Amino acid sequence: MNTTTILQRWLLAALLAIFISACATTQEELMDGDGAPPDDSTQGQLDGSQTGGDSTSADATGIDDGSGGAATSIVDDSPLTAREAIEQSEGVLANRTIYFEFDSARLSDESLALLETHGNFVASNGEVSIRLEGHSDERGSREYNIALGDRRAQSVRQVLLFQGASVDQIDTVSYGEEQPAVSGHSEEAWSKNRRVELIYQVN
Amino acid sequence: MRTSHTTTYLLIMLLWAISLPARAELVIEISEGVDGALPIAVVPFEVTRLSSPLPVDLAEIISSDLNRSGVLKVMAVASLPANPHYSNQVQYPRWRSAGQDYLVVGRVLEKSPGNYDIEFQLLDVLKQKQLLGYSLPAKKRKLRSRAHEISDLIYEKITGTRGAFNTRIAYVRAQKNAARKYVLQVADTDGFNAQNVLESDEPIMSPSWSPDGKSLAYVSFESNRPEIFIQHLATARRTKVAGFKGINSAPSWSPDGKFLALVLSKDGNPEIYTLNTTTKRLKRLTNHRAIDTEPVWSRDGASILFTSDRSGSPQIYETPVEGGKAKRISFEGRYNTDASLSPDDQYIAMVYGDRGQYKIAQLERESGNLTVLTDGALDESPSFSPNGKMVLYASTRGDSGILYVVSIDGRAKHKLSDQAGDIREPVWGPFDSK
Repeated sequence: MNTTTILQRWLLAALLAIFISACATTQEELMDGDGAPPDDSTQGQLDGSQTGGDSTSADATGIDDGSGGAATSIVDDSPLTAREAIEQSEGVLANRTIYFEFDSARLSDESLALLETHGNFVASNGEVSIRLEGHSDERGSREYNIALGDRRAQSVRQVLLFQGASVDQIDTVSYGEEQPAVSGHSEEAWSKNRRVELIYQVN
Repeated sequence: MRTSHTTTYLLIMLLWAISLPARAELVIEISEGVDGALPIAVVPFEVTRLSSPLPVDLAEIISSDLNRSGVLKVMAVASLPANPHYSNQVQYPRWRSAGQDYLVVGRVLEKSPGNYDIEFQLLDVLKQKQLLGYSLPAKKRKLRSRAHEISDLIYEKITGTRGAFNTRIAYVRAQKNAARKYVLQVADTDGFNAQNVLESDEPIMSPSWSPDGKSLAYVSFESNRPEIFIQHLATARRTKVAGFKGINSAPSWSPDGKFLALVLSKDGNPEIYTLNTTTKRLKRLTNHRAIDTEPVWSRDGASILFTSDRSGSPQIYETPVEGGKAKRISFEGRYNTDASLSPDDQYIAMVYGDRGQYKIAQLERESGNLTVLTDGALDESPSFSPNGKMVLYASTRGDSGILYVVSIDGRAKHKLSDQAGDIREPVWGPFDSK
């Protein structure tokens, strides 16, 4: 792994941490809250058909130096079609669940490495689309957990975009705590439920 | 170098956020018990003159209501010293020596098959006089409703506070191993008379009553993504009001019924919006990188309380609807979410996470005092009764979610009956929800 890749990965991790924990606010903002006058607020007619486009945070897009994709692509060198690659039951691409700590959307180093591979695959296979389903464990309130699941899916989305996947290829949805992978009320069950599932589709 | 400068800045902000101190407030933990509740006896109503048996036990419904209030303690039927049905049959000293302050007697008269008059009297045992006397007509299918109405009359006469027994609740029932997995239901406040509002294979969430009690807003995943609907209960007619990219969640009606507060992430992050239900105009209220969700309106409609993790952990904030600064409301503990406001705006019921346990706590706004009301490990979705005297919530026990009501002093906690399946997200309807 070259220096550029390491630096990129480190920056991405730091950036996502900020994006996730929402700490990149000044003290004044924190104490005063939103301070957004109504005139500045987003207004629009509601027709349910709006698409938000690239809705990443300013920080996340501002740091891209345009040289994304430095990580080695496994898939590019493979003779498999995209569909065959997706249908393989073994290998890095078959690992499609990203796990998280409690009340966190921060990606571990292992998750980042895994998502780089997925991101490269999506980026180099335009016919592939991916749905990111964010989930939480059962603790706390349900709507907060919907937001948390959304944030986790957004964290994953950021990495895929960073690796060169296009906005149109990625869809996110949050189920919060509504669809646990495992039932039970222990950390063992909870740790398996705090996740984002990557669901591939070949168009 | 630009990147290292950015990184340094971010690191500093991280360290600062971690070091935020928690403000200490008084925490009162109250265990279960009904000490100090007023003793009342409800004698089974006379039904002997009916052509066919009544489908319900009126006295039992009334007793169950009054017990749930925590203010009154109903004498067990087996302990009743006598079975009078009219006030002139009552020997007051017997009830006095049985320790009762109040006595309810009644009877059901049949006007025609299926048509009844329910007569009852509330008696003051100490003063040996009648406090209330009513004759209420009731069709067979309205008997439960009439019983709750009687509970309300008794409760108000004794406590001076309007009763909320004859209202309705909404909740989501998840069925395990069934073809339809999620059902949105409305039911009486004791859990009986459940009626389906919506059935779906995909999750249904976050029911919210319109202030007139005629409609529910909710989130449905029926299209494999969250969308917000408004459904008129009587006609089952519904409208999709939000189906944007990202999350569409946590609808909450304004007190005047003209707006919904909701949470959308269409601009990249969960933010609070208001939606004019007539013009469909959207207005964004929050603008913060943190999670902002679970909006709830103040009684005057001027501000919205919501959950935000902008301080590093989820807490309750309040922001003016007309725009302005959000103010943090909750300080005790690392996890405070899902606020429900009491009708007088003085109290907030919320999910309070403490040492890995999630309980319902009540925050007194003026003093900042926090009272933990429940003792579950996974309690959630608190909702005030329309008279502000009880809080309805869901508790996970074993594999199921079960509904409970707790009095706002934390003294009386009761499980609601008639519950099969996994029940969650209860919300207490307004006075007009019947």
